[in-house]
Amino acid sequence: MTDKPVLQVEDLHVRFPTRTGLVEAVRGISFAVGREKLGIVGESGSGKSMTGRAVLGLVPYPGEVQARRIAFDGLDLQALSEREMRRIRGKRISMVMQDPKFSLNPVMTVGEQVAEAYRVHTGAASAEARRRTLEMLAAVRIRDPERVYDLYPHEVSGGMGQRVMIAMMLIPDPDLLIADEPTSALDVTVQMQVLAIIDDLVTRRGMGLIFISHDLGLVASFCDRIVIMYAGRIVETCKASELHRASHPYTRGLLASAPRIDDDREMLPTLTRDPRWAEGA
Amino acid sequence: MTAAMASQATTQGPMIAVRDLAVTFGHGTDAIHAVRGIDFEVAAGASFGLVGESGSGKSTVLRALSGLNPDWTGEIVLAGRPQGRRRDKAFHRFCQMVFQDPYGSLHPRHTVDATLREPLAIHRLPDAEDRVREVLEAVGLGSRFRFRYPHQLSGGQRQRVAIARALILEPKILLLDEPTSALDVSVQAEILNLLKRLRRERDLTYLLVTHNLAVVAWMCERIAVMNRGRIVEELTAEQLRRMEAAHPYTRQLLTASLGYDRAAVERFQEFA
Repeated sequence: MTDKPVLQVEDLHVRFPTRTGLVEAVRGISFAVGREKLGIVGESGSGKSMTGRAVLGLVPYPGEVQARRIAFDGLDLQALSEREMRRIRGKRISMVMQDPKFSLNPVMTVGEQVAEAYRVHTGAASAEARRRTLEMLAAVRIRDPERVYDLYPHEVSGGMGQRVMIAMMLIPDPDLLIADEPTSALDVTVQMQVLAIIDDLVTRRGMGLIFISHDLGLVASFCDRIVIMYAGRIVETCKASELHRASHPYTRGLLASAPRIDDDREMLPTLTRDPRWAEGA
Repeated sequence: MTAAMASQATTQGPMIAVRDLAVTFGHGTDAIHAVRGIDFEVAAGASFGLVGESGSGKSTVLRALSGLNPDWTGEIVLAGRPQGRRRDKAFHRFCQMVFQDPYGSLHPRHTVDATLREPLAIHRLPDAEDRVREVLEAVGLGSRFRFRYPHQLSGGQRQRVAIARALILEPKILLLDEPTSALDVSVQAEILNLLKRLRRERDLTYLLVTHNLAVVAWMCERIAVMNRGRIVEELTAEQLRRMEAAHPYTRQLLTASLGYDRAAVERFQEFA
């Protein structure tokens, strides 16, 4: 991690009351993000998405968030009013979701949506917003920004839609980007191209990135550090380059169970889940 | 297709032969050529993989083979028998399909038992009780799952039910459409192991469609790579493992599948 952390989370809990009692999706995790790429990896139900949402105050009702500390750039996010939070959300911390199909407004052109994000956060005039939007669409390597500006979401491909989402999230120039499976719905070559765009922008602007994914191999090749979550807890944190030296049996099991292109194993090892992992062992 | 034919089918010729298969949606200037004349053969008991990105036509090939899409031209020959637009009941005993989404492919208001009994009722097969028990054991679920509903099952368990439903008619060919891409990796490993074991035990022929090169290299002996409706290259799993692809499109796909590499992305090109 480089210098001062952008975000510091201590003892975060996310709980959902249900008919059968309280379900704890996140169970007391602590981590910090600097101006780096941090990967949060886990399988479905591990609490990785809820962690990202909790930081932004976007845990849906009736979920409850509790933490000793959620500090962003010296601000205590938990102490902010909903109004103050709206000045942070989108402008200083933004979030890219998995599927552009469900995250874009279907009755507004993609250009207008990106421009709106800029106007809302900066109060700029519409001509200026349009100019900045075209620049931003070019920055995420959309070839013909003038044409794409006037397209509706259903008229663009998945990869293009995700680039538009990233343009929209980056146009207010945030300090921290939370990306929740931003490329999982994309083809592998498009996925790599979108990651390269995020990579360049993070590096050039000195942003922090929280990259949430189920794909351990991908995260290891893309991020600087990795946090591995299991059943709402962090079971292991390591440098991405040292993932092969991971010590937790869950991490090791996860690594082993994915087939590789050069695989000559007869059968794949399956994961035997130890109930103690869920208790933080 | 008759049952007698099905039993002798394994002795000679390919189990699946596809020649000059083309699928077009729409007409005139709006026509979309999803599959543009492809050829491949799969021997009995073999496992053949079709890989490609979205829009490559790989799933369309599978839908044409399964009879779900009647608008195709060319030749589809299964076990020596040319297939027409419409498929009879015997065809469905011979050739079954497993779909990608285990959440969408099971009837939410049918128990596992009802789901498995339906194909038996359609084909008027006797001993339903025994067959249901046997197939549940075979897919590693056991009888205690018989009276559960899909919402009471995990994704991996649902995919096991979908595989059981395909197997209960004792088919010779299984068409697998991204059978593990909706599952977590640890669950994917269980389902891939199960499919590998079942093929060996039951002498099944697999046609697997996926976008995942690692899955196809592990599951199949031969692999065809599709791009924009054409097969650009056919190679063995061994060649794929050694990264010995001849076509630049396949090489790019291989590079992208190995993980993020900033420098490699710079060299990516479009393949029309």
